[in-house]
Amino acid sequence: MTARRLGYDGIVVAAPVTVPYARYSIRSAHWFCGRALAGLIREAGVDKAEIDGFCISSFTLDPDSAVGLMQHLGVSPRWLDHIPMGGASGAVALRRAARAVQAGDAEIVALIGADTNHVDSFRRTVATFSQFANDAVYPYGAGGPNASFAFLTDHYMKEFGARREDFGRLCIAQRDNALPVPHAMMKRPLTMGQYLDARPIALPLRLFDCVMPCAGAEACLVTTGDRARSLGLPCAPVLATIERHNAFPDDPIQYRGGWAVDAGELYDQAGLGPGDIDLVQAYDDYPVICFMQIEDLGFCAKGEAPAFVRERDLRTGGDFPFNTSGGQLSAGQAGAGGGFIGLVETLRQLTGRTHGHPVEGARHGLVSCFGMINYDRGLCTSAAILGRSDR
Amino acid sequence: MTTKLPPPARKDPTRRTRLPTRPPGNRSREAHGLTAMAAAGRFALQTCAGCGTVQYPPRQICGRCLGDALEWRDVAPGGRLLAETTLAHSNDLFFRDRLPWRLGVVQSDAGPSMVAHLAEDCVAGERVRLALAIDRAGNAAVTARPETPTPNPEDDRQLREMAFEPKDRRVLIVDGKTGLGLALARGFADAGARAVYVGHAQPWRRSGNLEAAREIERASLFPLDVTDTQSVADLAATIGDKVEILVNNAYHLRMGGVLGRCDLNTAHDEMEIHYHGLLRLAGHFGPVMRARGADGAHGAAAWVNVLSAYALVNNPSLGTYSASQAAALSLAQCLRAELAEGGVRVVNAFLGPLDDEWHQLAPPPKLDPATVARRIVAGLGAGVEDLPVGAVAEEIFARRAENPKEIERAMKL
Repeated sequence: MTARRLGYDGIVVAAPVTVPYARYSIRSAHWFCGRALAGLIREAGVDKAEIDGFCISSFTLDPDSAVGLMQHLGVSPRWLDHIPMGGASGAVALRRAARAVQAGDAEIVALIGADTNHVDSFRRTVATFSQFANDAVYPYGAGGPNASFAFLTDHYMKEFGARREDFGRLCIAQRDNALPVPHAMMKRPLTMGQYLDARPIALPLRLFDCVMPCAGAEACLVTTGDRARSLGLPCAPVLATIERHNAFPDDPIQYRGGWAVDAGELYDQAGLGPGDIDLVQAYDDYPVICFMQIEDLGFCAKGEAPAFVRERDLRTGGDFPFNTSGGQLSAGQAGAGGGFIGLVETLRQLTGRTHGHPVEGARHGLVSCFGMINYDRGLCTSAAILGRSDR
Repeated sequence: MTTKLPPPARKDPTRRTRLPTRPPGNRSREAHGLTAMAAAGRFALQTCAGCGTVQYPPRQICGRCLGDALEWRDVAPGGRLLAETTLAHSNDLFFRDRLPWRLGVVQSDAGPSMVAHLAEDCVAGERVRLALAIDRAGNAAVTARPETPTPNPEDDRQLREMAFEPKDRRVLIVDGKTGLGLALARGFADAGARAVYVGHAQPWRRSGNLEAAREIERASLFPLDVTDTQSVADLAATIGDKVEILVNNAYHLRMGGVLGRCDLNTAHDEMEIHYHGLLRLAGHFGPVMRARGADGAHGAAAWVNVLSAYALVNNPSLGTYSASQAAALSLAQCLRAELAEGGVRVVNAFLGPLDDEWHQLAPPPKLDPATVARRIVAGLGAGVEDLPVGAVAEEIFARRAENPKEIERAMKL
């Protein structure tokens, strides 16, 4: 029997910031981090020096780390963390920062996920991603994540009978959600015909199954509810979090993630069940991983996500609001910023400050994150449930 | 059935020759353990001596028991194809030139799941046979073929990039006057070589072998003396842009070591043929082969050095001969690095004593030249890089791996 985990009483998220995405940028990751911090300061109405903690995620700060970034930005925090978990960084950064604030090690922590995308920088990131990728994946066609997710998609389709149309439904609903969002990179409606007939990339994946790498940043603050209230900041309390790495190592190919280990604990900590969740932001670099999250987080049984997306309406106004800003499949994948897009959108929804359509009356939002295909599968999973502040 | 590769068309001089590129070549030290296994044609994976776990990709610690006693052990090459993709897009120039490219994830019988290049006839969900090949960058790559062989495996568009099929390629046999030269010419012709160029030196010396080689279909004879720079240059100017597999089989063997026969003339001749001969051939044929490494499906593929296994450890009964073979082996390593830039493979075959007139005093087992030719042709098809031929060579490989000092002490004819 493990000790009961401490809750996150009194800890909130506030000040959602998005630095508009660009397909390619001549700016550096440092620039995107700096613009994100400037946005946080403006949003929160605090002085730069009042932010005393930083949690940074980026692939393209090289040769710097979060440390060098502090000098670039002229800040002197008393607490600093660098989360190298790509798409899983958002909820992980949240739970790290929440504990630091709870313990008094920092009072206002800035969470920043940012990356730039120069011409050719994505190829170089992929070409040197990990030792296992260098040795055992990249030399095989150099397809990058497209190839890895093509394997997972192919296997999922054969194992659970998913059809291309099922993935298409999810992509089309997300695109619909993105249409009013000003910084979404793709703002034209997507039809099933366009989805099915798109250019092949790594079969069975076609163009609209794949995120578009871009430059951009997502950021928010973690602080105490008291501090947020004194600043007059709309905020969302942290109700529960989980993370897991390298779950199910003996599965010959990935069809489930660490959420399947920890989802029960996530809901228990929040005192909620899947039926109490009003909106879900799931990591969506490719639709198959959304299906796994819908299953592993308990919204349906394993293998039933294809039927689930046929029966439910994933649009913002539907009965299962999902990736309500359009997700990365519509907004683009701003590197490690993709690990924070769901967190920032959940915060916007729960504080009534959406860029796109609001989910009316939403009280509980679930953020789920996934990252780091080291060899043949994504290793990191994390998730969080945020509530609505009743101030 | 593998789609038949159309025979090479006549080269259109107005069209650009595809430049050689290489697949991504960045590998860890641990991964080169696989390269060593691939070079020897083995399917061996990293295995923990402590708990027996077979792991892939290779690493320095056992992922189960955290032990560090990791060995390379031959494992069952079977598996099942779990998932596949056909790439229509790649970030790498080598693959962009060769799209679409089909890959799979294979659950190996040995345990780990492995990303593999797929042969055309691999079917999702079905059994496959895994192998370690060497890719065009010179590194190990996992390949999968159907467990039950299908027709025309040598025509497989993707896996041909990792082998050196003689079929429809043009082969130069450097010395056609020996029994070995004749056997090689016949072996490559039988393997479907499009042309077999047979070199011959010393016009004053008649050779029944050469006369027999003249009768081989698709064979043609050319003067070539590896001790004569002009002769090598002349032939390279004549057929250098056509040679896709070069087999350097010239050798000069005389018995004797150092103290019993301090014969500088013999030693000089051995070096002249084995070392300087290789250097001349490499200097004149190497650059154009390197440039033609990606010239269509039948571009330049391999440079084969027929060496003695005594290149690896000196046999005092053939002391100066062994030394010159060691010099040639060292030069071949240099050539391997340089030709790798064009994706052209250097294959070293290490022979035990041949059953020829010069090995009169060597006790059996001695190698039949036809067997040697068969092994070399098969080794090229399998993509092997270092090829021991015959029981003597295989024993030298094994004993050297176990205790190089022991075999150094014991080596004699």
